[in-house]
Amino acid sequence: MIETDQLTRRYGSLTAVDGLSLRVEPGQVLGLLGPNGAGKSTVMRMISGFLAPTSGTARVCGFDVRKQPLAARRALGYLPEGAPSYGEMTVREFLDFIARARGLKGETRWDAFDSVVERLQLEDVLRQPIDTLSKGFRRRVGLAQAIIHDPPALMLDEPTDGLDPNQKQQVRTLIDAMARDRTILVSTHLLEEVHALCSRVVIIAAGRLLADATPAELETRSRYHGAVSFSAPGAGVARRMLQRLPGVAAVETDPLDGRITVFPKTGCKVLEPVQTLLSEQGLELSELQLERGRLDEVFRQITTRSEAAP
Amino acid sequence: MSAVFAVMRRELRSYFVTPLAWVFSVIFLILAAALTFYLGHFYERGQADLQPFFNFHPWLYLFLVPALSMQMWAEERKRGTLELLLTLPITATQAMLGKFFAAWMFVALVLALTFPIWLTVNYLGDPDNGVILAGYLGSLLMAGAYLAVGCCMSTLTRSQVVAFVLTAAVCFLLLLAGQPLVMDAASGFLPAPLVQAVADMSFLEHFAAIARGVLDVRDMIYFVLSIVFWLAAGVIMLNMRRAS
Repeated sequence: MIETDQLTRRYGSLTAVDGLSLRVEPGQVLGLLGPNGAGKSTVMRMISGFLAPTSGTARVCGFDVRKQPLAARRALGYLPEGAPSYGEMTVREFLDFIARARGLKGETRWDAFDSVVERLQLEDVLRQPIDTLSKGFRRRVGLAQAIIHDPPALMLDEPTDGLDPNQKQQVRTLIDAMARDRTILVSTHLLEEVHALCSRVVIIAAGRLLADATPAELETRSRYHGAVSFSAPGAGVARRMLQRLPGVAAVETDPLDGRITVFPKTGCKVLEPVQTLLSEQGLELSELQLERGRLDEVFRQITTRSEAAP
Repeated sequence: MSAVFAVMRRELRSYFVTPLAWVFSVIFLILAAALTFYLGHFYERGQADLQPFFNFHPWLYLFLVPALSMQMWAEERKRGTLELLLTLPITATQAMLGKFFAAWMFVALVLALTFPIWLTVNYLGDPDNGVILAGYLGSLLMAGAYLAVGCCMSTLTRSQVVAFVLTAAVCFLLLLAGQPLVMDAASGFLPAPLVQAVADMSFLEHFAAIARGVLDVRDMIYFVLSIVFWLAAGVIMLNMRRAS
């Protein structure tokens, strides 16, 4: 379990993290979302013990990072932003160093090493200096380093940042596989990641918590949630009739491809009435879609509202 | 303890995969020999001892030790590995000790590689090997004190060059405490007892005594305390960084 309790961090007069309280349970993958500079890394650095909180505290598996820093760090696996590592070392030497520094001994160390190498498929690069590896491999070495001691809590700072789509997919699969009985906190500014990875999302901006929900709940906040969009040749006539349908808030036409989107009023369902109307009009639909909601729109809404407010 | 050892192992290994170890040891050995024979008049003195050899150590260390210690923390900070290192379940003290002992062991190794000069002097004459051993011990302790200053200075900056210059400057002051260069400046604004205290901090004075073969416990304690002081200062700097 990872918890923060009124966690606050100031740099001089700048408040990077402002009274943040959150709680991640075992089995959960919490996505910490926010625009760049929102304080995501600062939060993680305080939980990891790299930075001391100005006030408030954090707990990893019940260990307070201020009072029991070593126990807290022992329970945590951490991938810092950019996956730093000692570039001149080979993968084998580097992982061996981390295992030793984490106090793994003898058989246990070998077993831990073997299992992590197998899980992250590092056999082929064990003898290569880390500097010579591709970005994807380097990230995998970073992940290996974070989980070598089989920690109950795991914290990954932008684990897929700067990777190509295939590598991103690989890293996500790995995180997914690790998620079962661990507590995982992942920071990201990529919305696609939220769907792919997270069971819960926390949005922060300017160091403050703005939303805490499941991805599906967030989608319902979008004005696209429950909207119906379709493409049909000659649908211009239908537009006005659609607007008059009960429960319809607005109808918009995409200026580029002529796609029409019908937005529902809050709490109303428009799929059926729209379908009935269209078939009555005898329009040939090339496609019709019920929208789930757009996370990027919700994200923008939530984070820009906070910027406008003081 | 195993954490200190893990850090030490990693550091030592990194010395040898980068050119640092080779450049350092070769330059040290060449300079030590050249200075002993040319500036120290090893042959002309006609004495079977290693005084001219040890006399140059404080000056050699003055620019070689900062070169060894400058990367210690500055580089970790620059590469971002500091975050990795300090979020492992080890204390800043353990990390500092690991790094310090790695560097110190390396200096000890290089110092041991000067053994041909000891063979030479034993071949040429009949020196007091006790005095020579004391000289080596004193030299190693002094190198430790230089290194500890470097460990501390390296925590202050992410620039290796700045760390080098700071270390060399502080070591230079400590080396020459007791000499007119430092004393004249110190007596200008410090009360007399403090001026004496500054004079007593001179690396040079403490080393000279040991190198002459006078193995006074107080000189040894002085170097050990210097090491402890500067390493502790470095650890405090590291912990302050977490909070600042």
